[in-house]
Amino acid sequence: MTPTLAHYLIVSGLLFTIGLAGVMLRRNIIIIFMCLELMLNAANLSLVAFSRYNLTMEGLPNYNGQILVFFIITVAAAEVAVGLAIIVALFRARQTTHVEDLDSMKF
Amino acid sequence: MPLVLFWIFAILMLAFGLGVVFLRNPVSSALSLVMSFVALAALFITLDAFFIGVIQILVYAGAVMVLFLFIIMLLDLRGEETRRLNLAAWTGGGLVVAGFVGLLFKVVSTQPGFDFPKPPISRPEISDVALVGWTLFYKFNLPFQIIGVLLLVATIGVVLLSKKELK
Repeated sequence: MTPTLAHYLIVSGLLFTIGLAGVMLRRNIIIIFMCLELMLNAANLSLVAFSRYNLTMEGLPNYNGQILVFFIITVAAAEVAVGLAIIVALFRARQTTHVEDLDSMKF
Repeated sequence: MPLVLFWIFAILMLAFGLGVVFLRNPVSSALSLVMSFVALAALFITLDAFFIGVIQILVYAGAVMVLFLFIIMLLDLRGEETRRLNLAAWTGGGLVVAGFVGLLFKVVSTQPGFDFPKPPISRPEISDVALVGWTLFYKFNLPFQIIGVLLLVATIGVVLLSKKELK
């Protein structure tokens, strides 16, 4: 008995949901950022699952999906570096990382 | 046996993911996220994606999370645990999340195309890393170089943002 594609898709969807819940429920900007990473990883899991379950003509996994995951990981690493630098600059200017205290652009 | 392993790692990953959302201390959240990423790497390995699994541990659980922990400890977020919860936001968020989960189960369970077992790989003796490398350098050479430029731009941007005063 091996897991089917539906198993992986449901687990990936649940991980995405946990990330979405974190983005909506937590008010600390660093925790929100970590939950964004969780959502990116959920997308990676479904991409790798699709790559393994849809074999190419030669009977090998479809590696295009895994290359996309590789690019997502690279872009996420760059995004984390820039995002955390912005958060540090924000903290230096306002002494808070709580999103409800940062309302100067609120309409 | 693979189904048992799948459920062990999937439940570990989801439990630590819930820990990220529901633990009040940011350091506990970050360490919980590390464990979630390690379990996710194990799930990648159950899908025969060995290269992606190793990269997941090296880049995410290693580099990215060290950066997160470094910033959390640098900023010293002590007030976070004493904040009280906004009940209206939690109810609204809970409703949206419940709707999303319901929709997810409906879509995945009514699609017959998703319910098939893992097909065997024809030539398991070829290394996964070799095939990823071949695809990366032959089919995706230009995007690979562009991603290198992106990393350079990000590095310069971080140095610029971290200067003492922004002009």
